[in-house]
Amino acid sequence: MNAIARIGGRRRDRVQVDKVTLAHGSGGKAMKDLIDDVFVSAFDNPILAPLDDHASIDLAELAAQGDRLAFTTDGFVVDPLFFPGGDIGKLAVCGTVNDLAVGGATPLYLSCAAIIEEGCPVELLRRVARSMADAAREAGVRIVTGDTKIVPHGLCDKLYLTTSGVGVIQAGLSLDARSVEPGDVVLVNGPFGDHGATILAARGDLALDAPIASDCAPLNGLIAAMLAANRGIRFMRDATRGGVATVLNEIADSSSVEIVIDESALPVREETKGFCELLGLDPLYLANEGKLVVVAPAGSADALLAAMRSHPLGAEACAIGRVGGFREPRVMMRTSLGGMRIVDMLIGDQLPRIC
Amino acid sequence: MEVCGGHTHSMFRYGLEGMLPGSIELVHGPGCPVCVLPTGRIDDAVAIAERPGVIFTTFGDAIRVPGSRKSLLQAKADGADIRIVYSPMDALSLAHANPGREVVFFGLGFETTMPSTALTVLEAERAAVGNFSVFCNHITIVPTIKAILDSPDLRIDGFLGPGHVSMVIGTAPYAFVARHYRRPLVVSGFEPIDILQSIWMVLRQIAEGRADVENQYSRIVPEDGNAPALTAIGSVYELREFFEWRGLGSIDHSGIRFRDTYARFDAERRFAVPNVRIADPKSCQCGEVLKGVLRPPQCKVFGTACTPETPLGALMVSSEGACAAHYRYSGARPRQVAA
Repeated sequence: MNAIARIGGRRRDRVQVDKVTLAHGSGGKAMKDLIDDVFVSAFDNPILAPLDDHASIDLAELAAQGDRLAFTTDGFVVDPLFFPGGDIGKLAVCGTVNDLAVGGATPLYLSCAAIIEEGCPVELLRRVARSMADAAREAGVRIVTGDTKIVPHGLCDKLYLTTSGVGVIQAGLSLDARSVEPGDVVLVNGPFGDHGATILAARGDLALDAPIASDCAPLNGLIAAMLAANRGIRFMRDATRGGVATVLNEIADSSSVEIVIDESALPVREETKGFCELLGLDPLYLANEGKLVVVAPAGSADALLAAMRSHPLGAEACAIGRVGGFREPRVMMRTSLGGMRIVDMLIGDQLPRIC
Repeated sequence: MEVCGGHTHSMFRYGLEGMLPGSIELVHGPGCPVCVLPTGRIDDAVAIAERPGVIFTTFGDAIRVPGSRKSLLQAKADGADIRIVYSPMDALSLAHANPGREVVFFGLGFETTMPSTALTVLEAERAAVGNFSVFCNHITIVPTIKAILDSPDLRIDGFLGPGHVSMVIGTAPYAFVARHYRRPLVVSGFEPIDILQSIWMVLRQIAEGRADVENQYSRIVPEDGNAPALTAIGSVYELREFFEWRGLGSIDHSGIRFRDTYARFDAERRFAVPNVRIADPKSCQCGEVLKGVLRPPQCKVFGTACTPETPLGALMVSSEGACAAHYRYSGARPRQVAA
């Protein structure tokens, strides 16, 4: 992004054509105009402003907030790009913010790389960039560096985004999936499965009009409130791909414990439940973009639940199960009828059943 | 034995087996239409899907069933245009939208899904759609129950009859189970309470020395079935002399095909498929599991050579397959999943 700052003048609407062409990836003026018009005008902040090849961040400022740097990256290829409750831009910011926050880090700075398909409408890019800027503002982070590449028509599906992020972990805070112990309680911050169901419904090939919206949200505010109320949390993870069931299995494996969840305690919205029943899907395995699985000692659970419920993104928080004991690592479910069954990892995608 | 894969799925999902006294053993029958599809038919499906210009449409759970060369999922990765649809009408819409392509629907399932395929073909005929056809693998449950009852190693004391199939065909076709084979049969719903009540109804018949056909699912299943659905099936299809089932071999009159008047919608005639019979893998004991002679973990290759990642037999593929359900929900296996 170097040199653009020197161009000066009005950034927005510098691109006069409707669609991105290969010329916008050439490194010349067309590329600079696209970056300036679409991204710089939306992300506008003092660290980005010099438009050097990298962002320059003051170390002392970071060190004042904690003693370890957290660093993460994530790619985003969602179809469709826009869906009820969010879009690829909001996802790209929230996804990386959440990956930092669940480790106990305060997310601070993000990068954004965009792979754009030739022919992609410029207005679509502006919309995505504005959405990223809004999400970054909500999360209190800044997008401080980036990159764009244009690929020929058909070599990617309109737009792929990659965001990386850095944050700082407070001194003394240690969240570790291996620290989970028998008797601990498993909490979630609200109904799960909405994002996965929304994306499936929004693809439009189901001819189903489900009144479901993605839960896509930055969780760092909620997590900060939880840590302020009680630092006894053993571990937390956002339940994205693979859903709550996959996170629980990962915890069981890491700590070699059995986790027992209670089917009647699982929060799933009626709309999502109905959608899943129709298609033979299990909401436990559907992706979320704003849901946390938290493991905490029984003594901390009430304080944590109260802190979660006092935050808008945790208003429907609840306990869903307990850590049973050190034995064969697995996740069991006490079904609504009183039977017991295993909740395993998925092998591939969930496939809708035929009847 | 429950003969319906939907029941198998519910039993595992709600952990019903562990709640029953040890003297009651649930045997999971051949009611998963994806599971009983023989390898050769998958090869035929792949051959059609790989023809240039073809859009091959299928229900989701058929896409991972292994063929002798590859599954539909692998064929898709190799470039075939294979799409998951949720009803045959979706496939017909694709044919409308792509007049220059041949759209083929993978017709699968028992009497539950037959009417929707038949009605779609009738609609295609009415709308004069020329680029739509069905690769018909529909099968019928009654001859298969009879084949199981005729099996010399039979050890089934009673049956749960399929709920959705019976919604179409009614309860009369099962009369022979009670009359000739003296086994109770209770048509059951899919909620866990339905299944438990149906098991109780079978036990009551055994205790009273009766063998009758009873209908626990009467809120959905009419005694006479669904006349418009049966009419649509009858007008489009006729019985095949025999059809091959994975694990069970060839069963007389257990499959259906298009009547000659609808031959132009028949993908088998339209594309001259290879139609090669492929023997089940020697180590695979799907047949014994399907007949209830073996429980899934008793199969030689269960959980070792045959897992949901690398299924040898189709019972391991679909979530309704007895082996996949057992593997996934019962945990009678070494755990191999890493964090």
